[in-house]
Amino acid sequence: MGKKVLLIEDEPNIIEAISFILSRDGWEVKTHANGHDAMDAVRRRAPDLIILDVMLPGKSGYDILGEIRHDADYASTPVLMLTARGQTRDRELAERAGVNRYMTKPFSNADVLAAVRDLVGT
Amino acid sequence: MTVLNLLVLVCLLYVVLLFGVAFAADRAARIGRASWLRSSAVYTLSLSIYCTAWTFYGAVGFAARSGLEFVTIYLGPTLVMIGWWWTLRRLVRVGRSQRITSIADLISSRYGKSNLLAVLVTVLAVVGTTPYIALQLQSVTLSFAAFAKAEPSPTALPDMQSTALWVAAGLAVFTILFGTRNLDANERHHGVVMAIAMEAVVKLCALLAVGVFVVWGLSGGIGATLARIEASPIARFEVSGSRWVGLTLLSAMAFLTLPRMFQVLVVENEEDEHLRTAAWAFPTYLMLMSLFVVPIAVVGLELLPADANPDLFVLTLPLSEGRDGLAILSFLGGFSSATSMVIVAAIALSTMVSNHVVMPIWLHYSGRAAVVAGDVRTVALMARRLSIGGVLFLGYIYFRLSGGGTALAAIGLIAFVGVAQFLPALMGGLFWRGATRIGALAGLAFGAAVWLYCLFLPSFGPSVLLPQAVFDHGPWGLSWLRPRALFGTEGMDPVIHALMWSLLLNVSAFVLGSLLSFPQPLERLQGAQFVNASDRANAPGGWSGGMAQSEDLLLMAQRIMGAREAQALFASAARRQGVSGYLPEPSPDFLQELERALAGSVGAATAHAMVGQIVGGASVTVEDLMAVADEAAQIMEYSSQLEAKSQELARTARQLRQANETLTQISVQKDGFLSQISHELRTPMTSIRAFSEILRDTQDLTPDEQSKYATIIHDETVRLTRLLDDLLDLSVLENGQVDLNIQTGTLEALLDRSVRAAGGDGEGFRILRDRGSEQVELATDLDRLAQVFINLISNARKYCDAIPPVLSIRATVAEGRLVVDFVDNGSGISTDKHAVIFEKFSRIGQTKASGAGLGLAICREIMERLGGDISYLPGQKGAAFRVTLPLAEDRMAAQ
Repeated sequence: MGKKVLLIEDEPNIIEAISFILSRDGWEVKTHANGHDAMDAVRRRAPDLIILDVMLPGKSGYDILGEIRHDADYASTPVLMLTARGQTRDRELAERAGVNRYMTKPFSNADVLAAVRDLVGT
Repeated sequence: MTVLNLLVLVCLLYVVLLFGVAFAADRAARIGRASWLRSSAVYTLSLSIYCTAWTFYGAVGFAARSGLEFVTIYLGPTLVMIGWWWTLRRLVRVGRSQRITSIADLISSRYGKSNLLAVLVTVLAVVGTTPYIALQLQSVTLSFAAFAKAEPSPTALPDMQSTALWVAAGLAVFTILFGTRNLDANERHHGVVMAIAMEAVVKLCALLAVGVFVVWGLSGGIGATLARIEASPIARFEVSGSRWVGLTLLSAMAFLTLPRMFQVLVVENEEDEHLRTAAWAFPTYLMLMSLFVVPIAVVGLELLPADANPDLFVLTLPLSEGRDGLAILSFLGGFSSATSMVIVAAIALSTMVSNHVVMPIWLHYSGRAAVVAGDVRTVALMARRLSIGGVLFLGYIYFRLSGGGTALAAIGLIAFVGVAQFLPALMGGLFWRGATRIGALAGLAFGAAVWLYCLFLPSFGPSVLLPQAVFDHGPWGLSWLRPRALFGTEGMDPVIHALMWSLLLNVSAFVLGSLLSFPQPLERLQGAQFVNASDRANAPGGWSGGMAQSEDLLLMAQRIMGAREAQALFASAARRQGVSGYLPEPSPDFLQELERALAGSVGAATAHAMVGQIVGGASVTVEDLMAVADEAAQIMEYSSQLEAKSQELARTARQLRQANETLTQISVQKDGFLSQISHELRTPMTSIRAFSEILRDTQDLTPDEQSKYATIIHDETVRLTRLLDDLLDLSVLENGQVDLNIQTGTLEALLDRSVRAAGGDGEGFRILRDRGSEQVELATDLDRLAQVFINLISNARKYCDAIPPVLSIRATVAEGRLVVDFVDNGSGISTDKHAVIFEKFSRIGQTKASGAGLGLAICREIMERLGGDISYLPGQKGAAFRVTLPLAEDRMAAQ
């Protein structure tokens, strides 16, 4: 218990929903709502798992993922990407940037929970 | 059997032999086994028609009367052959390359195919040659008479007139038979040439035989003969210098311009190489012909009675000595000289008459239909035959008229001066590019007129054609116009007088006319061809090339038709001809087929010129070039049309490319738009699904939580619905399917309504208005305008980050337009966003408001439909939007 998840997402209602689901499962959920200082948030929170939205104000999810993968401390931190853009090209971009799991919105709560558990390896 | 009867028999046999030789030569040439017919020896011998009966008999008479003066007649041609053979070569090359048929043809061709010039030359040639033909008839008649006089019984004296008639008729038959076998006047007359070559040998042998007999048989050896000459009056004749030079020049000119000489020199020439041989062989021949002239004259003057005609010494010397055999040989020599000249002259003249006089007239009256019908050939042949008959008949008539009295040499010189008038136009044409048709016409006309007036007409004697008064006092008493003393030049020899004046006026008119006139294009082209002719040596003509020609043809055809098609064409032709291999013989059939095939690619004229160039060895004529140029012009026009077409195509392609780019852009925009819509739809749906699952799956939710989550679901549903509404609205506006609902009302009322709909004016959001400026009557779609106002007020309410937020609305009217500004006191919109705020899905800032970013795009569409405008006002403190709307005229008046 006590595994830390950083949720980078700008929709308040989605933040609320995911926080609720994960908290009830015993995860410590931290949130961050914009793109440009997302990497600072990652370093500050040192999460075990990052849930990342694609369309963020300031910087896109793909760029943030690239920065994470180039940071020695977080290069291997699992990243679950959630996006409202469900096109094939977006998935390819995400995989090339080194995503661990890719899910399109709207998602099933149970799937998100299962993905988080799976990725952190509990 | 009397000598006369024997003579008639020998004469007949000789004529039969001539026919036989001509026939055999023609036959040999036709089956292609006659390379010896084309030897330079035959060519040289054929040139000997220069030595007519005048030379054969007349030279002796000339010598007996005027001493060595007769030599001038041989000297002229000798000088031309030795010193001027390269001019002859140019003449021959031009003649071959231009397919020249006569001297009239050559002169008219050079000066732009002028038929007037051709007719003038033809007429002058006929007039000049007719006395000459008469002269030949006279010599034959006289020589017959000489035999008759030697008869023991004078009752056998034949009628001289009928003899001449029979000779003329026989010559006409011979000439028609062998001179008009083929239509192509340019083609060689092998039979005729062979026959006259044989005659050349006969006349040389005869003269030499008489000479040998006179020197060794009568005079007693060379030494004795020289002594006799020394003692004779001939040695004491003083030849005047001017006459000597004049006659030499005259004979040189005549050698080049006599129609019959032109015929054998140029038209019948096979190869210009033959000229090289003739250059030394022909002068040799002339020398041999003149070798015994003086001895015969001297001995004749000494032995024969004083009243004997010196013109017949060649005949009468052997006769008086009882040498009948030698006399008959001598007669045959004279007969040969006369007949060969008449035959060739008749061919040359008939070609000119039929080509330049009869055919143009016939074609003019029969029209174009005849050309197509193909009976031109028959008509042309008939015209040539009739012309031959006509020319000989004219000669006979002249013989009858002149009465056969004049000395032979005099008639010959008259003809020489006549044809010498061609020389300026001929030589000018070959060497001077500036020579023009006008010049040639003027020169010929003046020269011919002077010749007629000063020499030809007076030659009939006083009071025959010109009255005695004209001789003595000039026409109309103008003494300076006396025909024998033009411009007061009295005491001159008539021939030299006429020669000098005619050529002087001829050359002057020719040069002046040429300098003062401009040549036509065809003339210029022809001039260049003629003047530059010597620069290129043509390959010898004929069909002897065989396979080598076929190979050249194949090479050319491959370039034009492509290798495979050309080879197929050649191979199939070879198969048809039964030739092994892939190269057919260049037969006329095959050449025609090839020309047709090539014409499909390059045009008929070009194809003809190309094939002709390879096969004929003939260079391209100007008509060919003109036809080629016509084709080229057509092709150029066609290609300029093609170019215009291709430019049009390029333009269309450019337009298509632009359209495609636009479409691609639109497609990209559409993809972007769909992607945006997908995002905007999925976001609220994500919340709805997540919270509905939480509500469904979570048992222990507090009532507060339940209520809160249900509210989120509700709000997101409303957001979804509004998004869909906006999308539909925008779609309708963009497609222009909006029906405007025009209403009237004041701006104040409309703003009141909009503020209420946008959440009202309250403590948390202040709206400042100047109601005085809002008293403007509007007549427009008030609902749509309200939609814009509501959007702007809502945006200010949502995005204004000042505390407290204040929005001021100001209305002004200027230049018939209503302007409403919405300015808030917030931080405004950053400059880089100004350009995109009116685009779809361009949300300003990061604030998650309920809008999907379609509001301002919709506002812009609405204002456009209403005829107004919405723009961002930069430079204000906060966010500032300006709405402008045109006012109707009468509303303005109400203000």
